[in-house]
Amino acid sequence: MSAASAKLEVAALNSFYGPVQILFDVGFSVGRGEVVALLGRNGAGKSTTFKSLMGLVDRREGAIRFEAEDIARLPTYEIARRGLGYVPEDRRVFAELTVEENLEVGRQPARGDAATWTPERLYALFPNLAEMRRRPGGQMSGGEQQMLTISRTLMGNPSLVLLDEPSEGLAPKIIEQMADAILAMKREGLSILLSEQNLHFARLISDRAYILEKGRIRFSGTVAELEANTAVRDQYLAV
Amino acid sequence: MALYVVQFLTGLANASSLFLAACGLSVIFGVTRIVNFAHGAFYMLGAYVAYSLTQRLEGGLGFWAGILVAAAVVALVGALLEMSLLRRIYRAPELFQLLATFGVTLMVEDLVHLIWGPQDLVGPRAPGLDGAVTVLGLPVPTYDLLLIVLGPLVLGALWLLMHRTRWGVLVRAATEDRDMVAALGVNQKWLFTGVFTLGIFLAAFGGALQIPRTAVTHQMDLSIIAEVFVVVVIGGLGSITGAFLAAVLIAELNAFGILVLPGISLVLMFLVMAVVLVIRPWGFLGKPIQTGVKTIGEATRPWRPWSPATSVLVAAAILLAALMPLLLGSYGLSVGAQILIAVVFAVSLQFQMSTGGLDSFGHAAYFGLGAYGAALAVEWSGLPMEAALLVGPLAGLAGALVFGWFCVRLSGVYFAMLTLAFAQITWSVAFQWVEVTGGDNGILGVWPSDWASSPAAFYWLTLAVAVVCVLVLRHLVFSPFGYRLRAVRDSTVRAEAIGISRQRTQYVAFAVSGTAAGLAGALFAFLKGSIFPDVLSIPTSIDALVMVLLGGVATVSGSVVGAIVYTMASIWLMSATDLSRLVLGAVIVFLVVAFPQGIVGSLAGLVAGPLERWRRPAGAARPVALPAEGRQ
Repeated sequence: MSAASAKLEVAALNSFYGPVQILFDVGFSVGRGEVVALLGRNGAGKSTTFKSLMGLVDRREGAIRFEAEDIARLPTYEIARRGLGYVPEDRRVFAELTVEENLEVGRQPARGDAATWTPERLYALFPNLAEMRRRPGGQMSGGEQQMLTISRTLMGNPSLVLLDEPSEGLAPKIIEQMADAILAMKREGLSILLSEQNLHFARLISDRAYILEKGRIRFSGTVAELEANTAVRDQYLAV
Repeated sequence: MALYVVQFLTGLANASSLFLAACGLSVIFGVTRIVNFAHGAFYMLGAYVAYSLTQRLEGGLGFWAGILVAAAVVALVGALLEMSLLRRIYRAPELFQLLATFGVTLMVEDLVHLIWGPQDLVGPRAPGLDGAVTVLGLPVPTYDLLLIVLGPLVLGALWLLMHRTRWGVLVRAATEDRDMVAALGVNQKWLFTGVFTLGIFLAAFGGALQIPRTAVTHQMDLSIIAEVFVVVVIGGLGSITGAFLAAVLIAELNAFGILVLPGISLVLMFLVMAVVLVIRPWGFLGKPIQTGVKTIGEATRPWRPWSPATSVLVAAAILLAALMPLLLGSYGLSVGAQILIAVVFAVSLQFQMSTGGLDSFGHAAYFGLGAYGAALAVEWSGLPMEAALLVGPLAGLAGALVFGWFCVRLSGVYFAMLTLAFAQITWSVAFQWVEVTGGDNGILGVWPSDWASSPAAFYWLTLAVAVVCVLVLRHLVFSPFGYRLRAVRDSTVRAEAIGISRQRTQYVAFAVSGTAAGLAGALFAFLKGSIFPDVLSIPTSIDALVMVLLGGVATVSGSVVGAIVYTMASIWLMSATDLSRLVLGAVIVFLVVAFPQGIVGSLAGLVAGPLERWRRPAGAARPVALPAEGRQ
């Protein structure tokens, strides 16, 4: 991956919650149109990595270059407006707001370099949502909420989407649907960084993978390389 | 029958004004998480500005234009306040936010005094609406009928704003999860400013609408804020509809309470509030506020019992204090006694706030109960000082047991608001129950026994009480009970998981704190020889808070220093300027912005060196309610 074509480049990222350091010199990159998986066990620092990218941790140091520009000092909303879409692990659907209203919160103007999404296009991608436009987010199943939170982020027409454990806690059938949706997003030209504990799911959709453990990057390579390397898989991913 | 109908209509009219003030506070809290103490001040400003404008503008159009322009002007002032002050303290602990906005209230009070003078003002009647309509043979002011319609109209308009506009949807989303809204590309800065401006507009509009009904006075701010707190606590913080329902309930209770319990209708309101909060601790339509882990990343130095060197220092300080009668005259000694009483008062609050994590905004209640308890013991039962000094703390204890039973069911801002409401209710009772308390005339002739009547003897008595009190409270911090209390404060869930009941532990702490405050109040009554309702007023509660804040919430010694510095400064300030509230308010605002850890806390931070500072990147302890998964 050459620096010139990288969509997102992170170098020497250190993050803290209060006095506690969570990430240590984390570095990785995501290329244009690429799907990259960030793998690791519970507590490895995957969610913190995503929050650091969005400026949602207490303190972080290091370089975060998005579209070759340093975004490490920007406020969260400005990072989002540059085209970095964030789908949090715990979904954070607005429980009191209807599906339509949740989408409205995410809406941002169209962008030259990324696909433009409308509620209708998203309802086509996730037909379940189309049937519950007026339902409050708090009264949806976990799978439906996951679809909504992804759709809400897409309403901002991001060019890179951060998906934090998109398969977590979902039924196998919904996971398949989710994989299809992510591949559809990829076909639209989106770059995607997703975190996963589930290697099987990541393998279905990812081009490359990094392994994170105790806040440090332990492996980087293609999915095929990871498949071949049982030692790494056993050490960092096996439960 | 007719009387009841008319009372009911009056209640509805009052509900509308109350709703306007309360829903603004509720909306502001929902999004910014700031309980805006200055809300009452803006309500009052709305009335004053409207008074001035309607004096100049003619006719019906002029009147209504005056009302609306007044609300708009005050809202603009609110927007400026949000941008200049609140933006700096959104990340500060809620206690400091309340204090800072109270500081603003103090400043507004003196500014109003400067601009409009000390006298009450009577505004014009609303043109065309100055008559009355006959309902079942009794007259009802036409203006009241207008207000009755206006309340639901505003509720409907707000509902449309919140549900049918993008701005409203963003506001509701931010009420649920601010960070997520930011992560979706919304600039919260302007959302916050917008919400605050809207809230202030509603408060000022509510105040402006009052001018045809009641005189415009300097007391409007604090009298409305207590009622507003009750309304939003009952209705549920952040809920507009909840505020409306609660406003109707409270206003009707007031209207009918006057028929049932003339004089002390507030007691009825208190009972209803208590019942509602026991059944629904978060109010009608509110949601529990995330508490749990309070201060991630706050690097507090662990408390330790005194080292031998410190003990020697403390003993020397006490000895020095005991020698004061050799140096000071009778005025100096009475100031000294007042300072010592302030020390007891401050330390009693510090115990509950720091060790207990209970930020009380109504500590005056227990101080005042102690003072009134002692004074009434002397006046009614003819008890000597020694006995009255026992009655005082017992009265404080009794008050703490009754009020605390409700308060410890809540936490965080709900707790703070409820303590304030209870203190305000106690104040009202002292003010209104003239037969017992003498009302505004107070109770006179509360003098110490002969042996303690000389300034030096009374000073020594106060010193002895203060030393014992501070040592006992400090000892409690390091007792098993203190450990339990701190465990509950630091992590309620974990403490409860090992069998410590949060409510019971905090209830005991609340009672201990109230007793000590009552003791301070009893001494105060004997120091002054008389007692007036203002010992129960909001400013007295704030005095205690500022003393604790000044010294740094975290340390007992800090509160002692804070009490000494603050009492001396305020005595000097009162004599040096007529605008003491303006100065004091500005000082409070400055302290909150500049020294979020208090003076002693900040000094200790400097002494502790760069390591401490490195550990506190934001300069302040940040209350972050991170969900458990947030640590991944």
